[in-house]
Amino acid sequence: MAEILTKSRARNIFYGGSIFFVLVFAGMTVQSHRYVVQTSTAGMPLSEEVVRGKHVWERNSCINCHSLHGEGAYFAPELGNVTTRWGVQDSPEDAFFMLKGWIESQPSGIEGRRQMPRYEMSDEDIRALSEFLRWADQTDTQGWPPNDAG
Amino acid sequence: MKYESQKVAYWYILAALALFGIQVLGGLLAGWIYVSPNFLSELLPFNVIRMIHTNALIVWLLLGFFGAAYFLVPEESEREIWSPKLAYIQLVILLVGTLGAVGSYLVGIHGGREFLEQPLWVKFGILVAAVIFLVNISMTVLSGKRTAITNVLLMGLWLLSLLWIFAFINPENLSLDKMYWWFVVHLWVEATWELVMAAILAFLLLKLTGVDREVVEKWLYVIVATALFSGILGTGHHFYWIGLPGYWQWVGSIFSTFEVIPFFLMMSFAFVMVWKGRKNHPNKAALLWSLGSSTVAFFGAGVWGFLHTLHGVNFYSHGTQITAAHGHLAFYGAYVALNLAVFTYAMPMLRERAPYNQVLNMASFWLMTGGMAFMTFVLTFAGTIQTHMQRVVGEYYMDVQESLSVFYLMRFGAGAAVVIGALLFIYSTLVARRSEIIAPGSANPVPGE
Ligand code: HEM
Ligand code: HEM
Ligand SMILES: [Fe+2]
Repeated sequence: MAEILTKSRARNIFYGGSIFFVLVFAGMTVQSHRYVVQTSTAGMPLSEEVVRGKHVWERNSCINCHSLHGEGAYFAPELGNVTTRWGVQDSPEDAFFMLKGWIESQPSGIEGRRQMPRYEMSDEDIRALSEFLRWADQTDTQGWPPNDAG
Repeated sequence: MKYESQKVAYWYILAALALFGIQVLGGLLAGWIYVSPNFLSELLPFNVIRMIHTNALIVWLLLGFFGAAYFLVPEESEREIWSPKLAYIQLVILLVGTLGAVGSYLVGIHGGREFLEQPLWVKFGILVAAVIFLVNISMTVLSGKRTAITNVLLMGLWLLSLLWIFAFINPENLSLDKMYWWFVVHLWVEATWELVMAAILAFLLLKLTGVDREVVEKWLYVIVATALFSGILGTGHHFYWIGLPGYWQWVGSIFSTFEVIPFFLMMSFAFVMVWKGRKNHPNKAALLWSLGSSTVAFFGAGVWGFLHTLHGVNFYSHGTQITAAHGHLAFYGAYVALNLAVFTYAMPMLRERAPYNQVLNMASFWLMTGGMAFMTFVLTFAGTIQTHMQRVVGEYYMDVQESLSVFYLMRFGAGAAVVIGALLFIYSTLVARRSEIIAPGSANPVPGE
C-alpha cells in the first residue's frame, strides 16, 4: 500500500466514506422509524396505559434481570412474549389478574432458586404494566423468539 | 512528563482505578448470586448490583479515555493543556455524578434503560463534563501542532459525546426506544470508541517501538476508515428482532461481518510495529498490555462477535449467555486492557519514577486475561447449551438455567481470578517500591541485526 495509498489519501477516504455511511444510515433510520409506527407496532394502540406501564417497567429496572425482545439481562426469563406464554395476549382482564397474582407472590423464598423482589404496586400500576407487556408482545419481531419458551 | 499540565491525567487515572475496583467487585457479587441465589436477595437485589457493575465499567473507561487524552494531547500538540483548572472541574463533576448515581441506585432511584439508568441530573452532569472536556482539549489542539493521532482522537471523542444526546431520547414506543438506544450503545463501542482506541494504540506504539510516525499515521487512517464503514451500518445486527424492517437482517449481517476487519488490523498493526521497531523501551509491561489489548479485542469483539452476528445464528442465540460471553471479552480486550496499557505507560512518568514493579504488573495481566478468557469459555458453553435446550428444544427458561449451574460456579472462580488480578494491578501501579521483586528478563534482541 506504500505508494498508491498515501497518508492524505487514506485520510480523505476516511472522511468522505464516513459521511457517505452516516447519510445512508440516517436515511434508513427515518424509514425504519416510519415502519415501526405504521406497521410493526400498529396492532394495538399506544394508549396512556401502555405508556404508563413502560414507566413502571423502567422505574423498577426490570431490564436488569429480564430480557425484553432479547435485550437486557439474562438472569430471569424473556418477557417480550410472556403474555403469549401465559395465554393472555388477547385478554386485558386475564393479563392483569395473572400479573397481579405473580407480583404479589414474590419473592418465592425457595432455597436455591433465583428470587424476584417484592414490588409494592397499586392495581393501576399493575394494569399499566400488563397492558405494556401485551403491547410489546404484539410487536412484529420477524418471528422471534423461535418458540414460546422465549 | 514533558509538560506540567499532563499531571491532570494522574487524578483521572486514580479515579478510574477506584471505580475499576468497584466494578469487578460488583461483577463478582453478581456472579455469586448466580451460584447462591438467595444471597442478599431481600437487601440488594441482582438488578441493582448489575447496574452498579455495568455503570461503573462505562464511567471508569470514560475517565480513562479523558485521562489518556489529557496525557497524550500535550505531547502531540507540544503545548500545555489550555486550562488545567477546567480539567479538574470536569473531574469533580464526573465524580459527584458517579457517587450520586451509585447512591441513588442503592436507594432504588434509577431509570430503566439498560446501561443508561443514571438519574436525569447525572446525565446532564455527564453532558456538561463532556462539553467542558471537548472545549478544553480542542482549544489545546487548535493552538498547538496537529497530528493524525489528535485528529482521530478528537473526532472519536466529539462523536461519542454527540451520541450521548440519544441517552436523553426515550420514545414511548418501545421499538423506537430500542432503536435509538443502540445509537448510544452500539455506535459507542463499535464505532466512536474504536476511533479513540486506535488513536491511543497508535500513540503507545509510536512511543514504545519508535517506528516512523508517517507509517503509524497511515495505518491509523486505514483502521478507522474500516471501523466506521463497517460499524455504522453494522448497527443493523441489533435491529433483527425488535420490530424494525426485515432488510436489516441482510444489512446487519453483511456489514457487521466487516466489523472484524478493524480489529484484525489493529492486532496486525501492533505486532508489525513491534517487529519493525528498533527502540527497546524500558516499559515492557506497557508493551505487553498494548499487544494484549489488540489481540484480546480481536478475539472478544472480532471472533466472538462474528460467532453470533449472522441473523440465522442470532435468531437462536439472541439474549443468551453467548451474548454475555462476548460482551465480557470484547469490553475487556478492547477497552479495559487498552486503558490499563495507558495507565501502565503513563503512571511511572506522572509519578516521576522508573517503571518498576513491572513483573507484578505483568503477572496481573496474565491473571486478569486468563480469568476473562476462562469466563468467556464457560459462558460460551453455558450459552450453547441454553440455546439448544431453550431455543431449539423449547424447554422453559428456569429449568434450563438449573442445568447450567456448574458453569456459573466456574464463572465465579474465573471472576475471583480477575478480581485478584485487578487488585494486583492497582497495587503494582500505586504502591511504590524501590526495586523489582524479580528482575525483568533481558531486553528483546533485535532480530537480524
Ligand atoms: C470479576 C469478574 C466479573 C464477573 C464475575 C462478572 C459477572 C457479571 C454478571 C453476573 C453479569 C450479569 C449477566 C446477566 O445479566 O445475567 C455481568 C454483566 C456484564 N459485565 Fe461483568 N463480570 C466481571 C467482570 C467484568 C469485566 C472486567 C467487564 C468488562 C470488561 C464486565 C462487563 C460486563 C458487561 C458489559 C455486562 C453486561 C453484559 C450484557 O448485557 O451482555 N464484567 N457481569
Ligand atoms: C469492542 C467492541 C465490542 C464491544 C465492547 C461489544 C459489546 C457488546 C455487548 C455488551 C453486547 C450486549 C448488549 C446488550 O446488553 O444487549 C453486545 C451484543 C452484540 N455484539 Fe458486540 N461488542 C463489540 C464488538 C462486536 C463486533 C465486532 C461484533 C460483530 C462482528 C459484535 C456482535 C454483537 C452482536 C451480534 C450482539 C447481539 C447479541 C444478541 O443478539 O444478544 N460485537 N456486544
Ligand atoms: Fe453491536
